[in-house]
Amino acid sequence: MPHAEMVHWWFASGFLMLGLLAVARVVVGEEVWAMRPWRRYLLPGLMFLMGLLLWPVMTFYTNSTIHMIAHGSWAQVLMLAGGAELGLASGKLRSQWWRLCTALAMVVSGAAFLVHEQQHWLFARAAFLHHVLGWTLLVGAVFPLRQAFRPGSRTAALGFASVLFAISVLLFADRDTAAIFGHLSQFAGVPHR
Amino acid sequence: MSAELAHALHERTIERSLRARVVLALGPATMLGGLVWALVQPYRITLLHPFGQGFWWLVGGESPLYVVLAGLVFWRVVAVPLAKDLDSL
Repeated sequence: MPHAEMVHWWFASGFLMLGLLAVARVVVGEEVWAMRPWRRYLLPGLMFLMGLLLWPVMTFYTNSTIHMIAHGSWAQVLMLAGGAELGLASGKLRSQWWRLCTALAMVVSGAAFLVHEQQHWLFARAAFLHHVLGWTLLVGAVFPLRQAFRPGSRTAALGFASVLFAISVLLFADRDTAAIFGHLSQFAGVPHR
Repeated sequence: MSAELAHALHERTIERSLRARVVLALGPATMLGGLVWALVQPYRITLLHPFGQGFWWLVGGESPLYVVLAGLVFWRVVAVPLAKDLDSL
């Protein structure tokens, strides 16, 4: 089985791609972005796929009930957000309020990060990153929330893209056992690589 | 065509061109980020020292290369067609 940190890096690559797509959409504008139909489905489709791929993560990387609940909730809300955005992209969903699903996904994911991390901030790098990821998602939920109220807001769209990039960087920084700012609890295990 | 209209069209063309450049730069910038990361932490690329590494470290542990790959895929699949669409307007 691949190490847990590798799975984090794979999802980091996914979030990096999401961030790039989100920025490109803001730069060119919705009109140009929608010129090719397949392009409309890229970002929500990738979100939905990442949600789908979180299910095997939940199944194979569950070392406690709270981990299972956290991974399961991420899978569910990411699929919900991706599905809602796919519906909007295809025109089957019309209300802008469906965009609240992305905000909800970020709030639930952030809360799951904070709740399932039992250790304090400087216990190890993974613990630190879980705390930072949790708060980044909770605070970053402001952007899709604003997009639901003001669909044309470029500031909100850029903010959302920035959050995606931040999540990517944080996930790439994850290690199974490593120090954070020189701190590593003796209970965290032996660092490697 | 009046000079005013021609000026407005010229400005729109410049803006579109600038947008296309920004979009086209996103992929290479990402690839450059991955390359810099690989140079700063070459031990992150297990393919450079493959002996004694397990399958998953060789396949799944190449994080800087994933950044380069993401930039490459984005540039080729998304950015280039987007720039063409911008030019066609």
